[in-house]
Amino acid sequence: MNSITRPSLPPGGIANLSRRGLLGAAGIGTLLLGFGLPTAARAQKGPPMSRHATAVAAYLQIRPDGTIRLLSPFVEGGQGIATSSAQIIAEELDADPAQFVVECAPAGAEYQIMFGDQVRFTGGSFSTRASYTTFRKLGATARAMLVQAAAQRWGVPTAEVTTSPGRVLHAASSRSLGYGELAEAAAKLPVPADASLKDAAQFRVIGKPTPRLDVRAKSTGAAKYGIDSAAPGMLQAAIAHAPRLGQEPATLGNEAAVRAMPGVHSVHRLPGAVAVLADRWWRARQAVEALEIGWTGGTLPEDFSSASQLAGFKAAAGGAAQVAETRGDLEAGMRGAAKVVEAEYDAPYLAHAQLEPPSALAVFAADGTLDLTMPNQAPEMYREVAAKLAGLQPGQVRIHSPLLGGFFGRHFLYDTANVFPQAIALAKAVGRPVKVIWSREEEFRRDAYRPLSYTKLRAGLDAQGMPVALQAVAVGEGPLGRHMAGFLANPKVDDSVVEGLTEKPYGIAHHRVDYVHSKQPVNIGFWRSVAHSMNDFFYESFLDELAVTAGRDPFEYRMALLAGSPRHATLLKAAAELSGGWQRGPYDAADGTKRARGCAMASPFGSEVATIAEVSLKDGEVVVHHLWVAIDPGQIVNPAIVAAQVRSAAAIGLSSALLEEVVFEKGEPQALNFDAYPILPPARMPQISVRIVESGAPMGGVGEPGTPGVPPAVANAVAALTGQRIRSLPLAKARLGTT
Amino acid sequence: MIEISVNGRTQSVDAEPDTPLLWVLRDWLGMTGTKYGCGIAQCGACSVLVDGQAMRSCQVPVESVAGQQILTIEAMADHPVGKKVVEAWVAAQAPQCGYCQSGQVIAATGMLLQTPKPTEDDIAGAMTNLCRCGTYLDIAAAVKRAAETA
Ligand code: FES
Ligand code: FES
Repeated sequence: MNSITRPSLPPGGIANLSRRGLLGAAGIGTLLLGFGLPTAARAQKGPPMSRHATAVAAYLQIRPDGTIRLLSPFVEGGQGIATSSAQIIAEELDADPAQFVVECAPAGAEYQIMFGDQVRFTGGSFSTRASYTTFRKLGATARAMLVQAAAQRWGVPTAEVTTSPGRVLHAASSRSLGYGELAEAAAKLPVPADASLKDAAQFRVIGKPTPRLDVRAKSTGAAKYGIDSAAPGMLQAAIAHAPRLGQEPATLGNEAAVRAMPGVHSVHRLPGAVAVLADRWWRARQAVEALEIGWTGGTLPEDFSSASQLAGFKAAAGGAAQVAETRGDLEAGMRGAAKVVEAEYDAPYLAHAQLEPPSALAVFAADGTLDLTMPNQAPEMYREVAAKLAGLQPGQVRIHSPLLGGFFGRHFLYDTANVFPQAIALAKAVGRPVKVIWSREEEFRRDAYRPLSYTKLRAGLDAQGMPVALQAVAVGEGPLGRHMAGFLANPKVDDSVVEGLTEKPYGIAHHRVDYVHSKQPVNIGFWRSVAHSMNDFFYESFLDELAVTAGRDPFEYRMALLAGSPRHATLLKAAAELSGGWQRGPYDAADGTKRARGCAMASPFGSEVATIAEVSLKDGEVVVHHLWVAIDPGQIVNPAIVAAQVRSAAAIGLSSALLEEVVFEKGEPQALNFDAYPILPPARMPQISVRIVESGAPMGGVGEPGTPGVPPAVANAVAALTGQRIRSLPLAKARLGTT
Repeated sequence: MIEISVNGRTQSVDAEPDTPLLWVLRDWLGMTGTKYGCGIAQCGACSVLVDGQAMRSCQVPVESVAGQQILTIEAMADHPVGKKVVEAWVAAQAPQCGYCQSGQVIAATGMLLQTPKPTEDDIAGAMTNLCRCGTYLDIAAAVKRAAETA
C-alpha cells in the first residue's frame, strides 16, 4: 500500500464502487465500498495532524485513580500499537504509559484521522506515522487543561504550574494533585487550540523500550478476542462453505436428521454456505459436518487451478501494458547494452493463517439497532456495509473491535471472506444474538489470499557487467484494485501489484516498470507487506543473477549501484557489520556445515531495510541459521516494539519463502488446515539480529517492512551455496543439492 | 452428565462424551483462555495440563479425562510453576497478538513439571506449538528464564 503512504488527500467521502450479486441469494447483497480519495491534491508536507487532535474528550478519560483510558483509532493485533500510542500521548501529557488502558474506539468520525481525516484503518504499517503528531497534540492539549484546572483551584498563574508524570505541581507552595483528582474539573474547561509540543530533545518516553501494556493479560489467558465474545441468549453458528467459490447450496439431503442432533436449533441456507445454529459451537459444527449438501453453480471455474492461473498470466504478459514508473529511455538503454539478461519469476497464493479463526457476533437490540463484535481493521468501513445489510443507518450500528489474534491484512472488507454478513443474516432470521465462528477449514476455503503473481524481468548490462537498463513487467491483479479501488493513486496501475518493483534505490539509468492488468477469479487480499512480499523477491533475486552474470560479488554490486543513495548504502553496510562483515561463501562453519549468505534490500511502507541470510542444506532442505536485518524507519517510538516487529515480520517472510503455498485444483484450495499448509514451526526459526538505524528521514512503518527482504536474501544465499537460482516460491518445491 | 475437575473445581457438564475438552472448557464452562486454532492437534493453542502433562485439548474427548486433574491457563498465575512461567513470559515480553500464548505457557509449564532442568533438546521437544507472529525467539528466552527460576 505504498501508493497511499505519501499523499494526504482532500475529503472525498465514501463511494459505493460496485455492487456484486455474489451474496444476493439470501438477500444479503454484499457491498464493496471504495473510498473516493481524489488523487489530485497530494501536496501536504510534514507530519499530518488531524483536526481531531484536540478532541480530548473523545479519546482520553482520566479516571479518579489516575489510570488513563485511551480510545484508540487503531486495533491491537500484536503490533504493539496500543503501547506505542500510549507512549506518544504520555510523552506530551506527562504521564506514565503504564497507567494507560487502551481500547479500540467505536466507529465514529472523530477517530478518522488518516488522509485528511477521511478514513481510518489499521494496516499498511501506517498507524504510528499517521497519528504521531495528532497524538502528541492530544497529550499536550490534555496536559494544558489539567494545568489550567490546577491553577484555577489553587488561584495561581498557570505559568507557575508544572507537571511530573501523573501529577500537577505548584513548587512555590509545595502543592500537588494527581491527574485523577483534576480530571473532572479539567474536562469542563474550554479546549485550548494552542498547546505547544515538547522539543524532541526533552523526550522521556518516546524512544524508550516501554514494556507492552497487554503482555500479562496475554500470558494468563485473560486477554479477550473476538472469538471469545458472548451475549445472553446467544446461539452459535458453524458454517459449511461451498467447496468452490460462488457455488450455492441446492439440496440438503438429511436436514430433518440433522435438526434432531443434540443442541441444534436450526439450519439455514446462506449465500455460498449453509449454517447450523446450536446452543454450543461444537454441536453446530458436528451438525453442519453431518449435513449432506448438494452444491450448484460456481463463479470459480471447475477447471481452475493455480497452475492454470499462472499460465494465464504468462499468456497475458505480452498484452497491453501501462507504464507504472519510468526513468531514462529503456529501449535506448537496452540497445546500447553489451549483454541482455532475462528471467521470469512467480510466487503463489498465500493464506493469512492468523491463529485466531475469524468470527462475528451480531446482537440486535430491542430498538432494532445492532451491536457487532468482530475482528476488523477498519470499523467505519465495516459499519457502512453492516448498516446496509441490516437495513439500518450507520449510526444505528455499533462496532466493537476486540484484540486481534493476528491479522497480517486478513480483516479488511473482502466480500466473501467476511464473516459478519452471515452473523447479521442469521441473527435477523432467528431473532436472537448469533455468534458465527469459521472453523480453520472454512477459513482456509474462503480467505482472501495473497495474490499469485508473475513478473518478467529484463536487464541490459554494460561491458563491466553493470546494469544500464532494467525492465520489469508485472502481470496480475491486486487487492487494492479489487477491494479499495478508490485508494489507487493511478486508477490504471494497481500499486498493490507493482510496489517493490517501483521506487528502487539503485542507480540504473534506464528503468521501467510495466503493469499488465489480468484478472483472477480467486478472492485476493492484503498480506503482510502486500506486493513487496513477492516483488522484492523477484527484483532482488534478479539483481543477484545480474551480479553473478557479471562475475561480481552481489554485495559489492549493490554497493556500487547505491553510490548515489547514501541512506541505502549506509543501511546495507550496517547489515553487513551486524553480520560480522560481508562474506558470500560458501564457507565451512564451525559445526561442519557448509554455509553461504545472501543479501537483499527493500523499501517498503516508507522504511528502508537491508537483510542478510545465512543458510546451509540438510537432506536437500534449506536450513536458515541466521537473519541479520538493518531497518531505517527514519525515527521510532519504541525500539523494543520495532525489534519485535522486525523479528515477527522476518519470521513470516521466511515462512513464505520456505513453506507456504495455497494450491488450487479443480477450483478448490487443496490445503484446509495446518497439516497441509505448514507455517514456520519453532524448529525452523533462525537467530534474528536487528539493528535500528534512525536516519531522521520522515517516519516509516515498522509492522511489515521486515518481511520482504527475507525471501530474496534466503534465495540468494541458496544460489551462493548451490548455484541454483530459485525463481518460484516456496523453496520447499525445489530439489536442492550442493554443487 | 460428565464430571470433570478443572482448576481444582469439580464441574458437571451435559456434553456428549466425545466432545473435545477444548469446547467443554470454552463453551460449557465459559473459560475462554484456552484457544481454538486448528482443531486437529497441529497448533497447540488449545493446550491444557492433564495430571501435569500438556495435552492438546481439541483432541481430548471429555469423557477420557473424567477423574483427572485438568489445569488451564486461567490457573497458571497461581500455580507454583505456572506462575514462574507467566512472570518469565511477561519479563521476556513474549506475546505479540497473544493468541497462541496460553498454549505456549501451558506447554512450558508442562515441560518444567516433567523436566525441571530441561536441556536444549528437552525444550525443542516440548515447545512445538505454532506461533504465526513468529515469537519463537522471545518464547525461547522466556522458557530459559523460567527454567532458571523454576
Ligand atoms: S486447536 Fe488444538 S492443536 Fe490447534
Ligand atoms: S503471539 Fe500471535 S500467534 Fe503467537
